[in-house]
Amino acid sequence: MFSLIGVVIVVVGFVLRINPLLVVTVAGLATGLAGGLGPLEVVAAFGKAFITSRYVAIVWLVLPVIGLLEHAGLKERARVVVARLHSATTSRVLLAYFAIRQITAALGLTSLGGHPQMVRPLIAPMAEGAAENRYGELPQEIRHRIRANAAAADNVALFFGEDIFIAIGSILLIRGFLDQNGIHVEPTDLAIWAIPTAVCALIIHCTRLLLLERRLRRELTKKATNP
Amino acid sequence: MITLEHIYWLMGAMMAGVSIVNARDSSNPRRINNAAFWGIYAMTFFVGSYISDLASGVLLIGMVIAASVRGLGQGKGEANSREEREASAKRWGNKLFIPALTIPLVTVLGTLAFKRITFHGSSLVDVKQVTVISLALATIVALAIGMSMLRPPLLAPIREARRLLDAVGWAAVLPQMLAALGALFALAGVGTVVSGIAQRWIPLDHPIAVVTTYAIGMAVFTMIMGNAFAAFPVMTAGIGLPLIVHKFGGDPTVMAAIGMLSGFCGTLMTPMAANYNIVPTALLELPDENAVIKVQIPTALLLLGANILLMNFLVFRH
Repeated sequence: MFSLIGVVIVVVGFVLRINPLLVVTVAGLATGLAGGLGPLEVVAAFGKAFITSRYVAIVWLVLPVIGLLEHAGLKERARVVVARLHSATTSRVLLAYFAIRQITAALGLTSLGGHPQMVRPLIAPMAEGAAENRYGELPQEIRHRIRANAAAADNVALFFGEDIFIAIGSILLIRGFLDQNGIHVEPTDLAIWAIPTAVCALIIHCTRLLLLERRLRRELTKKATNP
Repeated sequence: MITLEHIYWLMGAMMAGVSIVNARDSSNPRRINNAAFWGIYAMTFFVGSYISDLASGVLLIGMVIAASVRGLGQGKGEANSREEREASAKRWGNKLFIPALTIPLVTVLGTLAFKRITFHGSSLVDVKQVTVISLALATIVALAIGMSMLRPPLLAPIREARRLLDAVGWAAVLPQMLAALGALFALAGVGTVVSGIAQRWIPLDHPIAVVTTYAIGMAVFTMIMGNAFAAFPVMTAGIGLPLIVHKFGGDPTVMAAIGMLSGFCGTLMTPMAANYNIVPTALLELPDENAVIKVQIPTALLLLGANILLMNFLVFRH
């Protein structure tokens, strides 16, 4: 039971909004100690796990070129392009991105999206630009809500698209684990049984995006008529 | 052969550059913290593969101290004004999209091509890491195109990287820290304790109850661990295989496929999945760090309900 202390520390830390880096470190050290490791062993185990996980950070290599392009007006250009499409709305921009992201992820092309390389420089400014175009200057709170929706669209489309591709990590993990337990399954069967959930995700999230547009229209036109 | 190690040198060089720019920026009151944080991070990339585990752990704790004692700061006045950017956008037009779209295109092409290309019988890049290596190479190609097109000062890319990285701050390192925490949880046997609790406290004598417990358990355990991959073996060994498959004769393929996707519903709802949920709020400059999670919770809950229904119908279908 003591090994759950790390979980408790993480939950309390996140609720109290203490610096998460500190919270996670303390939780890791406490979990290791509770699991019977000595103090130096815990630090070493943590260090080893941190070093093995360095590949997680490689996506930050996109920042120099994204920053350069933002400096040259990439986000502003993305807004202008959307403004020229008169039929563009926030929800249509996000629906189109959602569909492309989910389909390409299902074909194994998971690296076609992502927050630093697509959402921040292109998708979020386009979604904001479409709303600006319809309703004029946006309140800060609405801007933030549109951006959060752009990030969410990327996540949902990725998670429930990628599992249809047979060589993705989760399918390999499932197969390896079941093999160890003496059950043999085909990757194609696993991929096929991911399709019903993928369709549900598409229906649920796209409906919510359409509702988002209705809410934006209601809030922003009301504001325009009663200043 | 290009391996991850080469990409780590590149990461180290970038982080070292960010650290140096920070150290020289007197407009940032916390510049020592920032320089130390990114400087130590650079070291983990340069020497991480060669030093002892304990030394790595000491570097890690050094970074956490640099980020926690008085905290990291941000320099002032490096971003240009909106008017300047609009003028520049007008000048360059749609050409600005070329380097940006180069990144995903080259990554995908690289991922597809490097698996096939061999040189004297050995691969050009480490095939196991082909996606991340392709991404790194794609950023170099995109940067080269961007530099030759825009012709900014030579140090501009590193100054821009530091502007964006300092805006993201410690959240940039959080996903890696959480991956390390997951490894420690596994080492200490957190998983077996949690599945033991589930087995002891929940009535598991009816197929519907078992399927529902398994799906919700996958989601909740993923929220705790931040990763469905960590939850899957524990929940499946504890509940899925013994009860759904062996006791009630369910189809293991359906159970595993939908079980994993139930875990993904949990990923949408937890700050522990920092790279999906916390990093974007920093990148998009949102004041509420839970803003993305709040948008995702309704989708996640509805989809978890859909998964429970689907699994009930499909797993016992014959």
